[in-house]
Amino acid sequence: MAKFTTLTSHAVPLPAENVDTDQIIPARFLKVTDKHGLGDSLFCDWRYLKDGSNNPDFVLNEPASQGAQILVAGNNFGSGSSREHAPWALVGWGFRAIISTGFADIFKSNSLKNGLLPVEVSPEVHKALMEAVQLDRSTKITIDLQTQSVTGLDGLEATFPIDEFSKHCLLEGIDQLGYLLSFDDQITRYEQQRT
Amino acid sequence: MEPKTLFQKVWDDHVVVQEPDRPAVLYIDLHLIHEVTSPQAFTGLRERGLEVRRPEKTIATMDHSTPTLPKSLWVIDDQAKAQLRQLERNCEEFGIELFPLGDSRNGIVHVIGPERGFTQPGKTIVCGDSHTSTHGAFGALAFGIGTSEVEHVLATQCLLQRKPRTLEVRVDGQAMPGVTAKDIILALCAEIGTGGATGYVIEYTGSAIRGLDMEGRMTVCNMSIEAGARAGMIAPDETTFDYLKERERVPQGADWDGAVERWRQLRTDEGATFDKTVVIDASKLEPMITYGTNPGMGMQISEPMPTTDSFDDPSQQAAFEKAMGYMGLEPGTQLLGKKIDVVFIGSCTNSRIGDLRMAAGVLSGRKVADGVRTLVVPGSHDIKKQAEAEGLDLIFKEAGAEWREPGCSMCIAMNGDNLEPGQYAVSTSNRNFEGRQGKGGRTFLASPLTAAAAAVTGKVTDPRSLLLS
Ligand code: SF4
Repeated sequence: MAKFTTLTSHAVPLPAENVDTDQIIPARFLKVTDKHGLGDSLFCDWRYLKDGSNNPDFVLNEPASQGAQILVAGNNFGSGSSREHAPWALVGWGFRAIISTGFADIFKSNSLKNGLLPVEVSPEVHKALMEAVQLDRSTKITIDLQTQSVTGLDGLEATFPIDEFSKHCLLEGIDQLGYLLSFDDQITRYEQQRT
Repeated sequence: MEPKTLFQKVWDDHVVVQEPDRPAVLYIDLHLIHEVTSPQAFTGLRERGLEVRRPEKTIATMDHSTPTLPKSLWVIDDQAKAQLRQLERNCEEFGIELFPLGDSRNGIVHVIGPERGFTQPGKTIVCGDSHTSTHGAFGALAFGIGTSEVEHVLATQCLLQRKPRTLEVRVDGQAMPGVTAKDIILALCAEIGTGGATGYVIEYTGSAIRGLDMEGRMTVCNMSIEAGARAGMIAPDETTFDYLKERERVPQGADWDGAVERWRQLRTDEGATFDKTVVIDASKLEPMITYGTNPGMGMQISEPMPTTDSFDDPSQQAAFEKAMGYMGLEPGTQLLGKKIDVVFIGSCTNSRIGDLRMAAGVLSGRKVADGVRTLVVPGSHDIKKQAEAEGLDLIFKEAGAEWREPGCSMCIAMNGDNLEPGQYAVSTSNRNFEGRQGKGGRTFLASPLTAAAAAVTGKVTDPRSLLLS
């Protein structure tokens, strides 16, 4: 997994609440056996018109969104299914962090395993960031994982929570399976005790 | 000894290692896999040169993209075919038991686990599927995981987990006739919202839960995830043991008695506390239905829909208006009497024999309304056989409904069973998200009784009006 230390980028505002994983990537794209190449299907039903062309009204298609690595999303982002295809699609498009007031559990866990940082901020900070980004699409936001801080315009600065272990893994680019495998002896002992 | 909750007991029993500031290494007793969320996990294993640590603890089925027409009419697109074949290959190479398409034991993953007796009290159970919470109905700790975690479990039989908090949902009182387990869980979702239980494991307690059979309990636990919960659990009791006794994969003979003895300890001790409690009075509930685009947007069927003013928060108001726009509904009006196009009776929420009996009870001697397409999709081959032995298939067919082969079908619309853009469906499944049942399709979630009633009248209907006549 790629390391995550700091990130400075302009952002895409998506204020809708409760954006579920069926919206992030509809089920018909889940017939793949690979995790790559899902970026084109991200938010598919909002992003493309019936004839397959880009929906000019959808924020992701705006010129100002291109190259953005941060998504500022509404509350309870990623609810619904456990599909890891959702963070795969977000990462595939180019996102590295999502700012919201809340994330669904499984989505959060899946994102952290793919170098996609869920940044949970208070409703006040969220509102300020969302407004700043909507007002000026070139607004840059900086996320520093080491200090667990988000910095926006006008000296706006806030901290966000993340558990120690996920932080450590992201900062060092460690993948969690490697860590789990290091407990092989303990797992064997546990199995022996139980049988 | 310190009093413990049911969750705490199962959790403690499975912690292999707990280092400070680190998630617990949690041992997994049963791992269920299906075609959609497993291929990349096996690819990961191969890339690292890893084996499956305990292949006998993983069970595989094909359900999400499988056709539900009779074999002679199967249509499987190339991508789905490749995915199914990949699962077959993965299971063969790593020595995992598979119930493939066409096998007499095949069915929806959360239906066959309990049915074959793999699901047992006190086990930790995971699957790359959020509705794994279903298995908690047996007093197991069961939750959905992502594909990276599927790989973790295959490789180590363990998962890294942070301990969730506990939420007691106590459902007291006696539900009125026509009010089912589905209505109880839809009422919970409406009350606390789709994020209401985020970070929690729910334990369902109270007389109304005790009074449910295992199928009703599975329906309730199944939709725990719709309230945001990691898992839902119900302490095992005689109802649980009666259901499991002599099923294919449960302990037999003297081992059975020993197991039941152990399982009886799996309940929340007197004096143990939950982080939060929500109380629901079942006697006050009516049949429920959703009107919006997430399972929390639900109401009693005879109520009018809310209006924008019903919500205080501007972002909730916006979400409501967006949902009404997608659904093509007028805020503040009645949903009762709304014309519908499709009825779907199926999914891991409501495709078990009791659900089919409920639907057949309404459809018996009646006809599906003109212009309405009704799909009845049993959750497994065992259920299908049982329903046919009871003659339920004839009731459905005589009424004009389609009697299908088992699978997820129109719950997720990956297999060709889907709504057309703009169509309205009353569905017994668990998600009414935009496009969930087909691009542009609009879903009202409800119980099998309410779905069957809508099939008969062609409109959103209070099932009690048909039960009494
Ligand atoms: S029936 Fe629906 S919810 Fe259940 S496992 Fe299948 S797709 Fe998922």
